Amino acid sequence: MNKKSFGSRLVAAPYLVWASIFVIVPLVMMAYFAFTDSSGVFTLSNITQIGKYKKAFLVSILYAVAATAITLLISYPMAYFMTKMKVSSQRMVMIIVMLPMWMNFLIRTYSWISILANTGIINTFLKSIGLKPLHLINTPGAVILGMVYDFIPYMILPIYSVMSKIDNSLLEAAADLGSNAFSRLRRVIIPLSMPGVISGITMVFVPSVSTFYISQKLGGNKNWLIGDAIEYLFGAGPEYYNVASAISLILMILILLCLAVMSRFSGDEEGGVIV
Amino acid sequence: MLKRFCSLILCMALICALFSGCGYKSRDLKLEGEYTKDFAGSQLNVYNWGEYISDGSYDMMDVNREFERVTGIHVNYTTFESNETMYSQLKSGGVSYDIIIPSDYMIERLINEDMLEKIDVSKLHNYGYIYDNYKNLFYDKNNEYSVPYNVGMVGIIYNPTMIDEPKHSWKSLWDEKYRGMSLNFSNPRDGFMTAQMILGQDLNTTNKADWDAAANLLKKGKDVLQSYVMDEIYGKMETGEAAIGPYYAGDYLTMLENNEDLEFFYPEEGTNIFVDAVCVPKSVKHKSEAMLYIDFLLEPEVALHNAEYICYASPHRAVVENPEYTYYKNEILYPDPEDMPPVQYYHDIDPEIRAYYENLWIDLKLY
Amino acid sequence: MKTFSKIYVALIILFLYAPVAVMVFFSFNSGGSVWIFESFSFDWYKGILFDTAMMEGLKHTIIIAILSASAATVLGTAAAVGILALRRKIFRSFATTVTNIPMMNADIVTGVSLMLLFVFFGRMIGLSESLGFITVLIAHITFNLPYVILSVIPKLNQTDKNLHEAALDLGCTPVQAFFKVVIPSIKTGIFTGFIMSFTLSLDDFVISYFTCGHYQTLPVVIYNMTKKTVKPDVYALSTLVFVVIFVLLILYNTVQTKSEQRRTLNA
Repeated sequence: MNKKSFGSRLVAAPYLVWASIFVIVPLVMMAYFAFTDSSGVFTLSNITQIGKYKKAFLVSILYAVAATAITLLISYPMAYFMTKMKVSSQRMVMIIVMLPMWMNFLIRTYSWISILANTGIINTFLKSIGLKPLHLINTPGAVILGMVYDFIPYMILPIYSVMSKIDNSLLEAAADLGSNAFSRLRRVIIPLSMPGVISGITMVFVPSVSTFYISQKLGGNKNWLIGDAIEYLFGAGPEYYNVASAISLILMILILLCLAVMSRFSGDEEGGVIV
Repeated sequence: MLKRFCSLILCMALICALFSGCGYKSRDLKLEGEYTKDFAGSQLNVYNWGEYISDGSYDMMDVNREFERVTGIHVNYTTFESNETMYSQLKSGGVSYDIIIPSDYMIERLINEDMLEKIDVSKLHNYGYIYDNYKNLFYDKNNEYSVPYNVGMVGIIYNPTMIDEPKHSWKSLWDEKYRGMSLNFSNPRDGFMTAQMILGQDLNTTNKADWDAAANLLKKGKDVLQSYVMDEIYGKMETGEAAIGPYYAGDYLTMLENNEDLEFFYPEEGTNIFVDAVCVPKSVKHKSEAMLYIDFLLEPEVALHNAEYICYASPHRAVVENPEYTYYKNEILYPDPEDMPPVQYYHDIDPEIRAYYENLWIDLKLY
Repeated sequence: MKTFSKIYVALIILFLYAPVAVMVFFSFNSGGSVWIFESFSFDWYKGILFDTAMMEGLKHTIIIAILSASAATVLGTAAAVGILALRRKIFRSFATTVTNIPMMNADIVTGVSLMLLFVFFGRMIGLSESLGFITVLIAHITFNLPYVILSVIPKLNQTDKNLHEAALDLGCTPVQAFFKVVIPSIKTGIFTGFIMSFTLSLDDFVISYFTCGHYQTLPVVIYNMTKKTVKPDVYALSTLVFVVIFVLLILYNTVQTKSEQRRTLNA
């Protein structure tokens, strides 16, 4: 027995070595950059400069929370309906959900401009049936839509993956014991699918909060999200790596805090993400 | 499942591999320089702007492919999207390039930081084709480091079906009449330029108060603007999503192909002029091959195809004076001297001032 | 209820495919714009065969996606099993933390920090060129790993631990038990992880941008068109890839369904 668990513990070793070199070391380097100036001398000035990005941080988190919530609301029923299909259709739908992501994301974002623009597909259609055109592009709504669109598969798949594992006999038992559809959902399906939900939330929230391309193309690029600022600074040249690293470090800490709060709310410690 | 899925993807990869590389018909080139096959089998690493060389579409020449055919040297062609990212990559030392094509002010910085290799232009057979007014420019006073590739100026594009002819001034981008219909650059140097021109400043001013004034002006204009753009301007102007916006003159000609209504002018306050030139970085590994490549780019036929494809003005005599050239005597690319707006180059700016205006730009973009 | 669920799934698919439809539409444009449709033509499909830069980019993207997704799936599945077997709290929290970090970092931070690392090591061992195929592959494996682990762990938590022990009691070696009992029960998780990795890898450009050197992937090639504009040939290439995958998938699914039917008939 002991031997067995020692063996299975050992299979994690290659990963831990890998992660130490390619995750921890770069992180240390980033922290080093955050606390030094461009000539390598220790300084706190990068951190103290961050005050002016306060609003960008706040708005990014707000957008990401909104996008994550909407994605979850849309994805949960989708995943549920998928589990109710024939097995062969389930496979098919799963691939269909992932497939758009195999097209270049830049092109997909560009296409959204064509759809949402004032002269775009939706508004042309509205005008042709005599309705008033809507102002869609360059709004927070467009940015959030872009986030939802881009990351929705990372919500659907983990939830589906966990849900498809729920033992049907549990549901039957619940039904036999007199619980109706709604209480079966509330008392059986939702609690059991929680690990998938948490994985999904992480996989959507994190890229949303640090995204930059979507906001620039769909949001008009007038006001930056924090990801835009980081991207800009890293692109401006090596002399800005220090400040950019400092912002990234703070962003990482904020994300950790947000996720910790979320997992507290969900109250599930053995979830997909163990913060 | 997993195994089959992998084989499926492999299948796809194979199909792609089968298709790649076939189809292009090589041309009969009349070459003026001499291209030995001595370096056949060697490699050349070229680093250029995206979409900045004739690549074989529109039935035009695939310049890299032709170079490979003539010399037997394999071209590793990679692209960048801004001078600054090119600089970061080069500075990081993670890659070595044999040919790079930066803009004027970046060449100045690279020379100052001793990152460029000297080029002996007397060894280039076709160097004589470059107009003298693009030689001995501020960034490379003795023509030791660079060979001009393209020239361009910034102007304003507008759509006369949406708005009346605007005043030929940068101020039009601030005009309340065009609220929600006007665009501006999303890169700091060009963005600041639009405001600096209104204020009548030197574009390379080292006076912080000047930059402050320009930043304030930009801040005032922000509310009127629809958005800050780079490549999206193509779509926005072509579809009539926006009515007025600044961009590089040559790109206006590309947009014109998709929307004939568009008009263009150079603002009366003056504008920025830029030269993108071919350079060889210090990290070069294939210097002789690089020299062949530079000479090849200067071949009249090659330069003509590039000029037609890129649509920017050419510094090449055999292109500009060729009556068959699509943009022969084009008044936008090659304005008559009396129609020429006052122009200024960007110079490499002192790091402290650069940090100062970058900071102002960030403030502009934050809420 | 049945119809409602069908409509719902259809609506989601419509949402997912709206931009793809726009892309396919403009790939048939005869003009040079991806915004204004002139007339229908196949010109850009002929054009992509010429574009070496783009085809090279596509080749690189596919190679990296296949290799990194496969490596991450093997390494990540092993890691997930190992992490759950860890008893010491400190190891376990270390493992979960390093798993979470790449997901919590902005792509750009992961990209730049990895670039710094590669260049630093490259200089140390005296390479004149440290960025290229290997580095972009390492980077992709690194950011794919957490997704595999996070898809597999919930599955492992759901599997009945007694099954594994029963297999051992019935005379399986631990390795046999692992492959015969554990793997089948977490199969969907592994598959999800692989697909996610593959997808992320195809789609990534930020991390590739900083780590690829001369080995530019398709998203990087397209992103670098920022100063000029994207032409319909990029759309045509994407459409072609899309159609090829789609046809292969449908073929695969019919074959699979048929063989399943045959199996049920035989049983």
